[in-house]
Amino acid sequence: MKRLILGAVALVAFSAAGLAQAQAQDLEITIGTEGAFPPWNGTNPNGELFGAEIDLIAALCAEMNATCETVTNDFDSMIPALQAGRFDAIMAAMSITDERRQSISFSNGYFGDPARIAVLDGSPLVGIETVEKLNLDNLDGASQASLDALKAATVGMTIGAQGSTTHSNFIEQILGGDVTLKTYGTQDDLNLDLQAGRIDAAVAENSVWSDLIDSDPSSGIALIGPTLDGGPFGEGIGVGLRQADTDLLAAFNAALAVLKANGTLSRISIEWFGVDASL
Amino acid sequence: MKFTLMWESLPTLLSGAVLTVQLVALALVIGFGLAVVIALARLGSNPLISGAARFYIFVFRGTPLLLQIFLIYYGLAQFEWVRESIFWLVLKEAYWAAIIALALNTAAYTAELMRGGISGVPKGQVEAALACGMGRITRYRRIILPTAFRQILPAYGNEIILMVKASSLASTITLMEITGIAERIIARTFSPLEVFAVAGAIYLAINFAVTLGVEGLERRYNKGLRLASAAR
Repeated sequence: MKRLILGAVALVAFSAAGLAQAQAQDLEITIGTEGAFPPWNGTNPNGELFGAEIDLIAALCAEMNATCETVTNDFDSMIPALQAGRFDAIMAAMSITDERRQSISFSNGYFGDPARIAVLDGSPLVGIETVEKLNLDNLDGASQASLDALKAATVGMTIGAQGSTTHSNFIEQILGGDVTLKTYGTQDDLNLDLQAGRIDAAVAENSVWSDLIDSDPSSGIALIGPTLDGGPFGEGIGVGLRQADTDLLAAFNAALAVLKANGTLSRISIEWFGVDASL
Repeated sequence: MKFTLMWESLPTLLSGAVLTVQLVALALVIGFGLAVVIALARLGSNPLISGAARFYIFVFRGTPLLLQIFLIYYGLAQFEWVRESIFWLVLKEAYWAAIIALALNTAAYTAELMRGGISGVPKGQVEAALACGMGRITRYRRIILPTAFRQILPAYGNEIILMVKASSLASTITLMEITGIAERIIARTFSPLEVFAVAGAIYLAINFAVTLGVEGLERRYNKGLRLASAAR
């Protein structure tokens, strides 16, 4: 069954490749995004997509001279959908990790955004003393002490994250068994439960929390502890591609290099995140 | 097909079946009690009470269960007075929010079944009960409700099976029942086909047991009827 589907997908890909060769200027790429993760990729009330990655898709496709179509998909089935051929590339704030590399390949990273822990005002975690930046790949004495303090302070807590993310992996693997993990389908549902007080803390991209707090000053959400990267958070955000599509990978990497050199990547980052998070 | 993955995920998925069965069983018990009350209210002569019962059935049968679960879990939590009331002790837990939503939903369907069942109790039986001098409550308890339940049993078996499947929606509010666990395994393995196939097989097994149970009940309740027709 699976072989049959793969065969069909290969056939379609093969004929598409032939077509692309025939008219090299008319590369057609379907890109999958979530559309529920502002400021990376959101959907406005009219059903139109917006966000840093949506702008980046437009810039990349112009650079690659490609006709692109963007479709939305739930984050937790993004990789199976890519492999099933629903789209050709993932651009959905997906971190480059070794775990995911076993199934798909990644372009070079385009944005790097550390994770952050969010709580409600008045949480016992507010005011916890830690280093400012914590890289899990490179733990010096002060970082290790901060991580230990964080672990000790969260014992017995229920902490939420969106499912299938590096953030839920962080809670499971780094904070460990003394913490109960709750996973959510979308960032929105996670925000609602954090604000309702059903969970003690939540983990997500720093930029996502900043965007939420900026858009709703009465959200009651406070950010605590260090910014987190490395370890389960991977090596920044990249374009996810099928491992067989090496030509497409090269095309994305070439276009990303141009956008980085001409400052487009920085410009998009500053416009949406307020800081230059380009890699 | 990765058969080893299917085999390895089976015990983890089975551990979720415990929660699935709990959700369904508790919702069915609460929902059935509620359904009897609503059915009686619907059949009563007070137009206000029967109108309210009618409205309840209309709303809960006419809106998607997923929406009801979201409204009860995420919706009610938006109100500060809800979060400060004693109801929050229950509504705070996804477990109880799911049971409440499932119970309210099944109550609406079951109430309509019960109404049909009660209306279908042969008039002669009720008159016989009256002739024996039974009071209203005894009449309902010993004659009308048991007969009505016997009549709706095949249709109620359907409702139980629908509830087992509907309980998968509880995964959308963070509960780790069969579907929730399946999604978490898929998040790690990126193999939806294999894991969902095993999850589906577990739902099938549960519903097979439900079918057998309901058939057994039907045989037991209809014993008298079979004997009566055999004697003729």
